Amino acid sequence: MPDSPSEEARAVPRDGAETVPPHERAVPRGGAETVPPGDTHAVTYDLAVIGAGSAGLAGAVVADRLGLRVALLDSSGEVGGQFYRHPAPALGAVRPEALHHDWDAFAGLRRELADSGVVHLAGHHVWTLARDGELWAVHAVTGADGDGERPVCVRARTVLFATGAGERQLPFPHWTLPGVVGAGGAQAMLKSGLALPGRRIVVAGSGPLLPAVAASLAAAGARVPAVVEASGYLRYARSPAALAANPRKLAEAATYGAALLRHRIPLRTRSAVTEVHGRDRVEGVTVCRLDRDWRPLPATAGRIDCDALAVGHGLVPQIELATGIGCATRRTDDGAYALVVDAFQETSVRGLWAAGETGGVGGAQLARVEGELAGIAAAARVRGQETHLRGSRARALRRRRARMRAFATAMARAHAPGRDWTEWLDDATDVCRCEEVTAGAVREAVRDYGARDARTVKLLTRAGMGWCQGRMCGAAVTCLASRAGTESAGEAPPPAPERRPLAAPVSLAALAALRPDGLPAEDEPHPE
Amino acid sequence: MTRHRSPAALVGAATESAFEITFDGRTLSALPGQSVAAALWSAGVLAWRTTRVGGRPRGAFCGIGQCYDCLATINGRPNRRACLVPARPGDAITTQEGEGHAGLAV
Repeated sequence: MPDSPSEEARAVPRDGAETVPPHERAVPRGGAETVPPGDTHAVTYDLAVIGAGSAGLAGAVVADRLGLRVALLDSSGEVGGQFYRHPAPALGAVRPEALHHDWDAFAGLRRELADSGVVHLAGHHVWTLARDGELWAVHAVTGADGDGERPVCVRARTVLFATGAGERQLPFPHWTLPGVVGAGGAQAMLKSGLALPGRRIVVAGSGPLLPAVAASLAAAGARVPAVVEASGYLRYARSPAALAANPRKLAEAATYGAALLRHRIPLRTRSAVTEVHGRDRVEGVTVCRLDRDWRPLPATAGRIDCDALAVGHGLVPQIELATGIGCATRRTDDGAYALVVDAFQETSVRGLWAAGETGGVGGAQLARVEGELAGIAAAARVRGQETHLRGSRARALRRRRARMRAFATAMARAHAPGRDWTEWLDDATDVCRCEEVTAGAVREAVRDYGARDARTVKLLTRAGMGWCQGRMCGAAVTCLASRAGTESAGEAPPPAPERRPLAAPVSLAALAALRPDGLPAEDEPHPE
Repeated sequence: MTRHRSPAALVGAATESAFEITFDGRTLSALPGQSVAAALWSAGVLAWRTTRVGGRPRGAFCGIGQCYDCLATINGRPNRRACLVPARPGDAITTQEGEGHAGLAV
């Protein structure tokens, strides 16, 4: 049965650990060593886990249990990643689980972390990874938005990338109006900041996130006049084996379906928001039916009044740290790039593992399984006990991974952006939000100057050259460029994955503070 | 239709410890642990930046620190990501015009 409404209101006893600030929580309780803040570079870790979401938490705690010295770096002040974002302790929320699915799994991991020797480095924005002899040097800037005074370098024998995913955005006319927000962004702002962008919020785009976002917004008091999904759910029926093997996913879908019914939220499939109305903020949206390639059918256009729009077209693995060091990638079924991993989650670069969305978007449950598998594998490597890889736990994890990966593939196929979505994009629309580069300028670069990939478009127009480094416009620019390529010159080669040498903004002062050997200058290395 | 539900009520947050911040001189209420962007949204403010080229209003978009649309001037310092920076009592948030350094020009 789906969730009952009373479940949302059910109070659970507060976890005692919640009252402890995150930086103290991570200090080992068993009386093992404690690392003073700022002194992390003096310690050589066995494993540095980058990202404290489901995959990173699972990997860190199992590696700790198997005897590794583990550092867990995350940009946020709280563990949980995007899926388990929750109010900061100061908000005193007694029912954070009311906005979550499967909260118990996270609560369990968080308890394990608190009882472990894992050193949790909160507020660490990792910007690059470098080889340092036999070790890896993980460079981070610190602070809530990475503007802290001192850079940090954590050295480790092995690294686990658990950096999750970002949202794929496909632009449409007036998507830059205030009140248009990412669907995942609206969810994140609600889960951690208890804030809504409006009172009447249309949820649109594609992917399994949309019903979940709509249900959360409605539970928190917003009206959701429609969920607008560009694909048809019947596409899942093309993968019957993957569906049959994942009854839990179907139950999850039923839960969100029931939530939509309970809040009387209409679901409109094979439709898209093709325009936003309003002068200085959102006042309404135009919704159009789409054909199977996502071409809008103008005769079906209708207006829905709203004061906000939460929009997203699925998730894209966040892998720039790994690609920067040379890890191989593969094209996913929805046209994104993910890291290639082996049977035990190791990337193509020895000593670097990846788990969760970085290997292809598949959700929090899959991320936990892969994180644990990667943690076991890293521990086996560091301790020279490869027998752990043949144990029953590793075998069970691999079976579960195979089952859930099959579902993830079905999901990616069902929601892959249709070829003709660019038809709803007029020339005046800004594609690159940072540099304010219009679709017309991008099309000109393609049509008149022969650009066939996002990189060339960027050099010609500055699209993707701004603050976000193409994270928001990359998918759209790639489509506009490669689409034209197929029309004029036959089958265009698939675009290369985006490269970002710096995964987070780094001030010149932080760079200047690094010595040639990469250690922060104001700290002398401790003799081992 | 009257609705009494709110995000804070849903999760049972302690709203009694609210404090004040200002946005362009206007006093707003924020909760401890809220980001600056969340506090502004809660007050119905969706835009706190104007773009460098078109001078168009912008606010939080991705909500997770990736898009840089939510850049704000916080206590005189421009280009802070409002969705990441926690609000603190007495914070003065001001609309960031363009790249935010106009006040520093000589």
